[in-house]
Amino acid sequence: MKNHLIRRTVSTGARNLFRRDGPTALAARVFPHVAQLKSMSRDGGQREEHCAGTRIPCLTGFFTPLRKKFRAPAVLPSLQLFFAVLGFFPMSAQLMAQVAIQGEMVYTMAGEPIRDGVVLIKGAKIEAVGPSATTKIPDGYRVLKAKIVTPGLIDAHTVVGLSGLLNQTQDQEQLEKSAAIQPELRAIDSYNGRDPLVDWVRGLGVTTLHTGHAPGALVSGQTMIVKTYPPNVEQAVIRPEAMVAATLGPGAVSDKKDKPPGTSSKAVAMLRVELIKTSEYVQKRSKTDPEKKASRDLRLEVLARVLDGSQPLLVTVHRHQDILAALRLAAEFKLRLVLDGVSDAPLVLDEIKKSVFPVIIHPTMFRASQETENLSFETAAKLKKAGLLFALQSGFESYVPKTRVVLFEAAGAAANGLSFNEALASITIDAAKLLGISERVGSLEAGKDGDVALYDGEPFEYTTHCVGVVVSGVVTDTQPR
Amino acid sequence: MRAVTSENQRADFPPATRGFDEPSFTAEHKSVLLAVILFAGFFPIDLRAQEQPLAFTGVQIIPISGDPIDQGVFVVHRGKIITVGPRGTATPAGATVRDVSGKVLMPGLVDTHSHIGGISGGDPSSPIQPELRVLDSIDVRDASIQKAQAGGITTANIMHGSGLLMSGQTLYLKLRDGNVIEDLIITNKDGRIAGGMKMANGTNPRRDPPFPGTRAKSAALVREKFVAAQEYHDKAARANGDPEKLPARDLGLEAVVEVLDGKRVVQHHTHRHDDILTVLRLQKEFGFRVVLHHVSEGWKVADEIAAAKVPCSIIVLDSPGGKLEARDVDWKTGAVLEKAGVLVGFHTDDSVTDSRLFLRSAAFAVRAGMTRAGALKGLTLAGAIMLDLQDRIGSLEPGKDADFILLSGDPLSVYSHVLETWIDGKKVFDRSDEKDRLWATGGHGAGNPRQTPLCCFGTWEDMR
Repeated sequence: MKNHLIRRTVSTGARNLFRRDGPTALAARVFPHVAQLKSMSRDGGQREEHCAGTRIPCLTGFFTPLRKKFRAPAVLPSLQLFFAVLGFFPMSAQLMAQVAIQGEMVYTMAGEPIRDGVVLIKGAKIEAVGPSATTKIPDGYRVLKAKIVTPGLIDAHTVVGLSGLLNQTQDQEQLEKSAAIQPELRAIDSYNGRDPLVDWVRGLGVTTLHTGHAPGALVSGQTMIVKTYPPNVEQAVIRPEAMVAATLGPGAVSDKKDKPPGTSSKAVAMLRVELIKTSEYVQKRSKTDPEKKASRDLRLEVLARVLDGSQPLLVTVHRHQDILAALRLAAEFKLRLVLDGVSDAPLVLDEIKKSVFPVIIHPTMFRASQETENLSFETAAKLKKAGLLFALQSGFESYVPKTRVVLFEAAGAAANGLSFNEALASITIDAAKLLGISERVGSLEAGKDGDVALYDGEPFEYTTHCVGVVVSGVVTDTQPR
Repeated sequence: MRAVTSENQRADFPPATRGFDEPSFTAEHKSVLLAVILFAGFFPIDLRAQEQPLAFTGVQIIPISGDPIDQGVFVVHRGKIITVGPRGTATPAGATVRDVSGKVLMPGLVDTHSHIGGISGGDPSSPIQPELRVLDSIDVRDASIQKAQAGGITTANIMHGSGLLMSGQTLYLKLRDGNVIEDLIITNKDGRIAGGMKMANGTNPRRDPPFPGTRAKSAALVREKFVAAQEYHDKAARANGDPEKLPARDLGLEAVVEVLDGKRVVQHHTHRHDDILTVLRLQKEFGFRVVLHHVSEGWKVADEIAAAKVPCSIIVLDSPGGKLEARDVDWKTGAVLEKAGVLVGFHTDDSVTDSRLFLRSAAFAVRAGMTRAGALKGLTLAGAIMLDLQDRIGSLEPGKDADFILLSGDPLSVYSHVLETWIDGKKVFDRSDEKDRLWATGGHGAGNPRQTPLCCFGTWEDMR
């Protein structure tokens, strides 16, 4: 593969930053700002699409601000604009009343925790955060109280909403097995925001999901970033096309003998072939002569974004040899990876660290068998010690799925070597940085989304209850769970 | 040897209300326990390891049979518990004394439903196979057994899966470090190997013929088998020892007769409220002793379960669902059943949940309203009762087996770790030992069976 075949764009620059900088700089730069994205090279150029139910153009790019996703009467376009500027959902006025959350301890994840703190939320956004002595609650605010207050939790990788609570054929949309490589499948086209599993995880404090197509096919589709409220995906989505989900190693191997890949090497070879095809497609797409210009190919269009670095390849990989295969592939095609799973990560820490790719670690309590047989409760602690940027996930287990609540996975990590703050960061601010959404979520700071979780005790303790959840300023849950 | 019972044992099949004995922990009871000590000869225990008494002092003791003791004294000798007392209780002369202040000591955990040991899910050739013994398929070197030790589990009921209506004879194992399966078995006073009978209803056993296609068919097939066993039993009884009149041996019916006689407890997988009631209906008809397992919708029929005096072993998962029948599984099940007066225990169903996280199940039950004492009993003594082993294990009392765990803190806290696991006075897990620690935390090599053929990874010198 010749590098010059890859189109150099603004986002290529971002990719280089991603590759050269350490984790901290990386965190800020993993995802280019929306302004950069506008100029990002994409087949068909920047497209304007309309948000469902509105005539407002929605950017379907990487970073589509939530405020552009509102639903409003089409007869009042100027009012829509007004609301859009405020970042306001015209949902239920009652639910959207101003909210004040008082916590005996408020973990803002932006500095030291605040004893006897207050979080004020106005509309969808946080208005102020501070000690109760200096942060007065204005009249008319609905007051919620809790022992411990944290930012709304972020599940850095899940299938919730595609994989439903029942785990029955009719509610499982996370894996399409008809072909090995199907990056054109979009999570947003199958996300069910009304599945009871979305309610379940939200009731335990989870407000943001990076969800989508599951491991289990070489390239299974795309992921999306979405809030756990409101149920309408168009309103809840943060990024409709977040990453392209790939699997290497035994997890990519087809269960049918006549259907490749049959081995791990074949999986890598197939992906290489496809990426080379993509670079040729990119070249042909750039031709101005309509006779020579390639016609649109949805699949290669997505892989082109992987090639130019504007959409990371989320590679689920567990064994050490497969982790190295993923890094080899990334080096060959200059890909931006997010490593996912990585049960054997402690065996190849130096290589992962050198790559500067962020890691979404397997759920702490993931089943250890076959390719995950060597996973450890202490993987997170080992990665932390090595100075890697990582987040935790609930992941996906097909048989009697149990790792569905990222709060519990972080609890397991906290009990096995991570400090309380580190574990909480892995499902709040660190996850937000890794996903490139830290401008919106992940910490309690004025101007960020009003996403808050309330607990009646230490959140990781088994016997503590989540007693309240606020998503984008809406009090969604108050029943202790 | 024919396993059918003799005439004088027969009388009638046990009444439906015959349940499970809960120890009362009176002085009289303790004398019974003393009698049990006399049966120590039945246990395949290596006593050499503990010629000297071993005393733990300064430790918080959770005996289960009584209130917790702060800074207590706990002494074991020759595989048995000899002292459970408050601070200042004398330790025997010559005892090795360990000050474990700040730690917590409680009975070894009893997992009433597990699939560790590398066993198969069940034989798929037919739906009712009581003649199958899980005994014949356990790999004592499987890593899952070491992991269960690391989770503080000292006794486990190992069973085939729920894909059959009756998938075979289960095995109550002490998770000793054994070389062969016989090192781990528990022998009952009558000489039989301790174990139950695994049964299941609901959707799991529903398949193409010869498996049932509906719930009613499932019940009918099971009833037919029990009726056949009754007749087999009666025929044997009428033969009165005459070899000419005895029925031809039938391994399956022999095992079901043990069930009808109450010698072998049915360990019954069941989720939905109507399936639970079906089990109770069949139990009433045939009088077998039964423990309900999973009981996802048990909270809907708690009073009926309580009235039938049937214990429940429940599973705790992170969310409802995962399968259609578990749609309404709820953390409150333990609390609701406890309140209704049902004996409640827990299980891992390993590998459905991880044996190393067994304590977590009880903690989640407490989260949803179960009493702390009830939940801790559910991990220990309740399980022992469900396995008919309450005279030997499940609580810390003089005369009982020295099966206990040492914890770094509150058993219901996520931050607590099992530091040591002891069975029959022998330490089988020690978190401070690097090799043992691997089983507790996972990591490279933790997936391999104990004592692999390649004894020493990475040291080629040793392999020459």
